Amino acid sequence: MADVHLDTEAAAEELTPEQLAARWEAEGPPPGGRAAHFGSTLVVTALAAGAALLSLGMGLGTPQQPAPGMWPFVVGVVAVAIGLAHLVLGRRGGEGEKFSRESLLPVLGLATLVGLVLLMPVVGFEIPSLILSFVWMKFLGGESWRAATLYSALVVAAFYLIFVLALGTSVPHLF
Amino acid sequence: MESLQPVLDGFTVVLEPTNLLYCLLGVVIGMLIGVLPGLGPAATIAILLPLTYGIEPVTAIIMLAGIFYGAQYGGTITSVLLRLPGEASSVVTVFDGYMLAKQGRAGTALGIAAIGSFVGGTVAIVGLTFLAPVVAGFALDFGPPEYAALALLGILLVATISSGDKSKALIAACFGLLLATVGRDAFTNTERFTFGNLNLADGIDFVPVAMGLFGLGEILHNLEERHRAVKAPSRVSNVWPSRADLKQSSGAIGRGSVLGFFLGILPGGGATISSMAAYAMEKKRAKRPERFGRGAIEGVAGPETANNAAATSSFIPLLTLGIPANATMALMFGALLIQGVTPGPQLVEQDPELFWGVVNSMYIGNILLLIMSIPLIGVFVRILRVRAAVLAPITVLITMLGAYTINNSMFDVALVVVFGAVGYLMKKFGFEPGPLVLAFVLGSLLESNVRRSLLVFQGDVTGFLGRPISATLLLLFVAVAVLPLVQSALRRRRDTGTPSGDAPAEPADRTPVKENA
Repeated sequence: MADVHLDTEAAAEELTPEQLAARWEAEGPPPGGRAAHFGSTLVVTALAAGAALLSLGMGLGTPQQPAPGMWPFVVGVVAVAIGLAHLVLGRRGGEGEKFSRESLLPVLGLATLVGLVLLMPVVGFEIPSLILSFVWMKFLGGESWRAATLYSALVVAAFYLIFVLALGTSVPHLF
Repeated sequence: MESLQPVLDGFTVVLEPTNLLYCLLGVVIGMLIGVLPGLGPAATIAILLPLTYGIEPVTAIIMLAGIFYGAQYGGTITSVLLRLPGEASSVVTVFDGYMLAKQGRAGTALGIAAIGSFVGGTVAIVGLTFLAPVVAGFALDFGPPEYAALALLGILLVATISSGDKSKALIAACFGLLLATVGRDAFTNTERFTFGNLNLADGIDFVPVAMGLFGLGEILHNLEERHRAVKAPSRVSNVWPSRADLKQSSGAIGRGSVLGFFLGILPGGGATISSMAAYAMEKKRAKRPERFGRGAIEGVAGPETANNAAATSSFIPLLTLGIPANATMALMFGALLIQGVTPGPQLVEQDPELFWGVVNSMYIGNILLLIMSIPLIGVFVRILRVRAAVLAPITVLITMLGAYTINNSMFDVALVVVFGAVGYLMKKFGFEPGPLVLAFVLGSLLESNVRRSLLVFQGDVTGFLGRPISATLLLLFVAVAVLPLVQSALRRRRDTGTPSGDAPAEPADRTPVKENA
């Protein structure tokens, strides 16, 4: 891994800006592909259609006397129109990024955040934050057990000092 | 001389010790967060928005100006030292900045960038000082139809100039407008899209949306990118550029200031375009253009000056028309609204102390940036040496606890997490968060002005075309909306005509320069 890295570093010196930019493009994750393109466009189009339908329920009124549903209805219809046009005419799959094994990392990260939101009102921020930062360091970041334990304890202590003792905020805390 | 009095009064406001202190704090914290790899100015400002709560409006805005400049410069530091541009407007800085760093001249590159940013920023503020009241005076006659047209045009421009797929950006903008309708309708008091949730009755707050989409979304996305190892930065010495370096860059700094100022006034990514244009101009003017990309100091000085000048002059449409020109300005707009300040043409007249306080705080922010950046570079290098795996949870916790402190509400924290997930998914599926946030910020303004105009026109939509300014703006709107469609249709026809002909052009087509042009 280190060798590969050194090679790219050395090669970078010979590149013109244009080539460097092209290289970044190549190094980046591959674009999402057709399925992602159709899937995501369909989902947002359906969401927009849902919003338009819900706005119908609020009443449209007339242009002279627009009811609350008029504006979201118009916006929803515009979004549906753009979405449908994009499905038919849009560039297919050139955009976005493909999901890979690494995409599990943000999912795990998100799970710890949901845990924080659920636990914080119950047991204060200290323990959930400690778990979150340990998981992020050890499992998402690949730190050693020792480093992860030490640093997460330090981080939580620092946050306690700043948010509770120094700033006196009302962040729920256990101690 | 009388007209200069408010300007001078603005300075006395800014020079109060408290305000100076907050400005300094803003610059330093802005740089500290902005220097974290992968977090651009928009993400940095979003994460730090809670800091400005509970402070007096003028002080809060002065602190924001500090954060803004600090965050901008933070991106430059990572471009030069790590080859990681914080945002599109620092991309070109990487070309020569990183090469200079490899030659052991990182300090020179960062020093020149700081000086260039200072000069560019200052020139732009002087321009703003004189131009803003004029534009504001012109816009004082704007009524609801003009505002509606202007907001529409602003959203469209930001969506079409964004780097990704245009139609996806437009869809994102529509969702921003829809999100803005959540809560009680201002005209009829009916609840819309609240699904019976009391927390939503007053609408969705701007801050959790911005913190989630820009801040947390980026952090989550970075988790995935982490495996692409980043090398620890090299040592930085000799931060003060030599006289020869300064002499060599002075032309680039001068040209960059002017170019950046004018391009920055245009809506949509002004800073990015101007940094690209400045780089291209310097390369073209150079006697030995082959030096560029191999560590030419002008290649850092030009773009860094231009992007800061542009970032500053993009305050003009915000402060005079109330229309943010890009995602970062949308954040500033939201932050001002939170402080009870509605940017717009009436601001100069009605609240000159505040208006000039805002403008003059930029001078101070800029000066503090110059003073702080050079001695602090060593600190930033040390931060960059801390492993990303350790920094990431710290940033996340700052975001989460910060979000809580805004209203002492867990609901806000939950919103940040939801919008963080949305922001991550948008990135994966190629939707830009910028247009969404911008449209969200402008949403209620746009809706209420459209509805007021319809009342004035008694329901006749063609009334918009009966007023010269709104008609012109709408005409521009149509042109901006239709031109790309025509262009792409033409391109498609040409491509199908000569299928093999455009193949070699493809790699060049995908450079960032093209994407942002």
